[in-house]
Amino acid sequence: MKRHLLSATDLDRESATLVLDTAEEMARLGERSIKKLPTLRGRTVVNLFYEDSTRTRTSFELAAKRLSADVINFSAKGSSVSKGESLKDTALTLEAMGADAVVCRHSGSGAPHRLAQWVKGSVVNAGDGTHEHPTQALLDAFTMRRRLGRIEGLRVTIVGDILHSRVARSNVLLLDILGAHPTVVAPPTLLPVGIEAWPTEVSYDIDAVLPKSDVVMMLRVQNERMTASYFPNVREYSRRYGLDARRVAALPDDAIVMHPGPMNRGVEIAAEVADSARSTIVEQVANGVSVRMAVLYLLLGGSEPAIGSPAAGSTEGERP
Amino acid sequence: MTDWLLRQVRPLGGDVVDIRIVGGVIAEIGPSLPEGDCSVYEGGSSLVALPGLVDLHTHLREPGREDAETVETGTRAAALGGYTAVHAMANTTPVADVAGVVEQVWRLGRDAGWCDVAPVGAVTVGLGGEHLAELGAMAESIARVRVFSDDGKCVSDPVLMRRALEYVKAFDGVIAQHAQDPRLTEGAQMNEGVVSARLGLAGWPAVAEEAIIARDCLLAAHVGSRLHVCHLSTAGSVEIIRAAKAKGWDVTAEVTPHHLVLTEDLAATYDPTYKVNPPLRTAADVEALRDALADGTIDVVATDHAPHPVEDKETDWTAAAFGMTGLETALGIVAETMVATGRLDWAGVADRMSIAAARIGRLADHGRPIAVGEPANLTLIDPDAAWTVDRAQLASRSTNTPYAGRSLPARVVATFLRGRPTVLDGKPA
Amino acid sequence: MSASVTPPTSPRATSAPEPPDGRSVLDPADVGRALTRIAHEILERTKGGDDLVLLGIPTRGVTIANRLAARIRAVEGLEVPVGSLDITMYRDDLRLRLPRALETTDVPGGVDHKLVVLVDDVLFTGRTVRAALDALSDLGRPRAVQLAVLVDRGHRELPIRADYVGKNLPTSRTQLVSVRLAEIDGSDAVVVGEAS
Repeated sequence: MKRHLLSATDLDRESATLVLDTAEEMARLGERSIKKLPTLRGRTVVNLFYEDSTRTRTSFELAAKRLSADVINFSAKGSSVSKGESLKDTALTLEAMGADAVVCRHSGSGAPHRLAQWVKGSVVNAGDGTHEHPTQALLDAFTMRRRLGRIEGLRVTIVGDILHSRVARSNVLLLDILGAHPTVVAPPTLLPVGIEAWPTEVSYDIDAVLPKSDVVMMLRVQNERMTASYFPNVREYSRRYGLDARRVAALPDDAIVMHPGPMNRGVEIAAEVADSARSTIVEQVANGVSVRMAVLYLLLGGSEPAIGSPAAGSTEGERP
Repeated sequence: MTDWLLRQVRPLGGDVVDIRIVGGVIAEIGPSLPEGDCSVYEGGSSLVALPGLVDLHTHLREPGREDAETVETGTRAAALGGYTAVHAMANTTPVADVAGVVEQVWRLGRDAGWCDVAPVGAVTVGLGGEHLAELGAMAESIARVRVFSDDGKCVSDPVLMRRALEYVKAFDGVIAQHAQDPRLTEGAQMNEGVVSARLGLAGWPAVAEEAIIARDCLLAAHVGSRLHVCHLSTAGSVEIIRAAKAKGWDVTAEVTPHHLVLTEDLAATYDPTYKVNPPLRTAADVEALRDALADGTIDVVATDHAPHPVEDKETDWTAAAFGMTGLETALGIVAETMVATGRLDWAGVADRMSIAAARIGRLADHGRPIAVGEPANLTLIDPDAAWTVDRAQLASRSTNTPYAGRSLPARVVATFLRGRPTVLDGKPA
Repeated sequence: MSASVTPPTSPRATSAPEPPDGRSVLDPADVGRALTRIAHEILERTKGGDDLVLLGIPTRGVTIANRLAARIRAVEGLEVPVGSLDITMYRDDLRLRLPRALETTDVPGGVDHKLVVLVDDVLFTGRTVRAALDALSDLGRPRAVQLAVLVDRGHRELPIRADYVGKNLPTSRTQLVSVRLAEIDGSDAVVVGEAS
């Protein structure tokens, strides 16, 4: 059966744990001199990136290469995609190239879902619009487990632009699946209408939540949110929702500070906090490679995928 | 011209009679009429006869997007759907904002001959929302435009809306407003709520529709004008229209078939077949819209038939075009949602799909009683002939129907335009 | 440096095929004697065990390696490093089945310039050992590699042989051979059964 990783909800607790356990072994590979496994020899992984994201693309590329897959980078800029080729035509092109997996980053929410309806290989969502970024949530969970030894029962506070954040969506969903207790904190303007259906607590007050947090995850705040009046200005945002040394002092002793990057130092996170011993920001990058190796291995390493779910929402039967 | 005898049909679902059509006019109605020189169409005592359906809201796409639909293909689809008249929306290329364009569309419709085409004139030049188009010239043209709309865009400037409402009083026109506050819906992709929050699609709040409707009702009342509100989609909009009517204001409203049956959950497929403007809403909204159509708060069902070529839909949701086709499925959806549920009888369907629409559009020959001396614009419906929607079998040039594979409970078997059959046995005549 | 590795205890890792009508061919005493003999042979042939590393192939290979290390310690007072070498990612039949959960790879002190003795429970087609040799070469360059197995049941499909064998066990290709060890299965035994 064809399977994909499009949403954190494509995983259940067992398969998510399998990813994390597998990533643990993959992480050991990073400590060796020969950082390569023959496992995906002869498999082709296409990185289809409609948005610039050197960080995520490089992470997937390294993960695939460490597993000996052939990697094709297909970026929207300078390709037929920028000349108006439709997503479906691009999908059929990748299909013809024999892609076993397509790693898709797209500015439109749901684009990887559509892609999954058109390609034979597995589709991995590498971030779609303001929807989801499941491998980021997996690497965040992996980082928490490595630092704190568990995920179940952890109180995880996610602070920032929840409305537009695919990282927040995937993290809330995955943390719930893994038995943690997420809380999202943001000004009300940056929380989506309908958030009451999410498996998370919601707060406007970071100072009330920090003392009860094992993990605090800060999200990047973009300047255009200010110009669109989501908040008055960066100074006020930083004062009300930024993580500085004073706020860090309110955290329990062993709490950690996370950030998916790229950071706005001095806005959502103070430099001294980002560089402190509590910060896992550099580890998150390294863990990203391990987790993506695990995902690629579990999707492509065998006769059929061990994780993921069939494409959701395949439409009416008349479409081939 | 061939004369016709429609044998054993039930006008508005009532008693079985024969109807004789002579010279395009209903000449005789009664039980067991003699055959005479007429061609005979056998109703078999089960067919319901309705006045030919009238659509207040059709996108025929010509001129400009003939790859999506033409007047010829769109009006043939309309005839197959039981329509004898459609209002062709103004958002063509070029925009129907001058007499020349509306006359072109009117002529194309007349030449095609499938149904009457009543062009809708743009309210503002180029749908730009800044300057009034030549509304009077369009009204006086051979197209006799009475409905004006920037549909697809909202006349959001309150001053311009007031002027338009006032100006068209001179020729008994009506402004059909696409109620969508542009600032509240920047980048909007679907109804704002629990589903949009989950799917990460930018939300389209109900208030963006309701605020404009409330404002326009107040404006129409203030200047004593006629207002028509396109495609109501929320329970809140229904409440505002209900209140306006209770005050005696001259406000009418339409609902699309798809807003009577489909809900926002379908967006979870990310299949842009379900991407439409206004967006699909919640089950509670659907319920409120059905109630409002039943009690007359909503005057008409209008299709908002919006054909798009495959490439505009076979892409990701955010890049895809808004809209769905509807002419050939409207009657079936109304039968499913309103007749089968007991909310409307066939007389009610005749009112909401023909009589009221013709009245709002000021079409003298349409939406008339089935009576001797009236123009023979008629639709025969088999109320028990369930059929399954098949994209390949639809007449529209575009295939973006949301109902592919769906079974509908009733079908149009014949359409007569001024006594001439355009559809017989469910096929183009 | 740890001289002993705890084998993983997930059910996935320990599910040995269980012969339905198994016939025990080695009892606990037989297993014990075989391992003692192998320990002695390793000491003899490696001339006292200098630079020796015992690398078990999970799951039961690791348990056996730990036992061999304990015997060597008892005999010579020598602490021999024991490691675990997961060969999953090097298997040649990966494409034929669902992706497997990975086992631990942990080689205390590394393998460069060491005398590595690979340890497994059953030697059959030789494909596992082939994969282990590939995995080993990605970890470094041992001085030499030897192979110790509790049971050699024949039917090799590759040019591979064991240096230390607890018991040569003639079997038919279709038979199932299952090694049970007290640490994992409650008691020691080698059981042969017919495939169902």
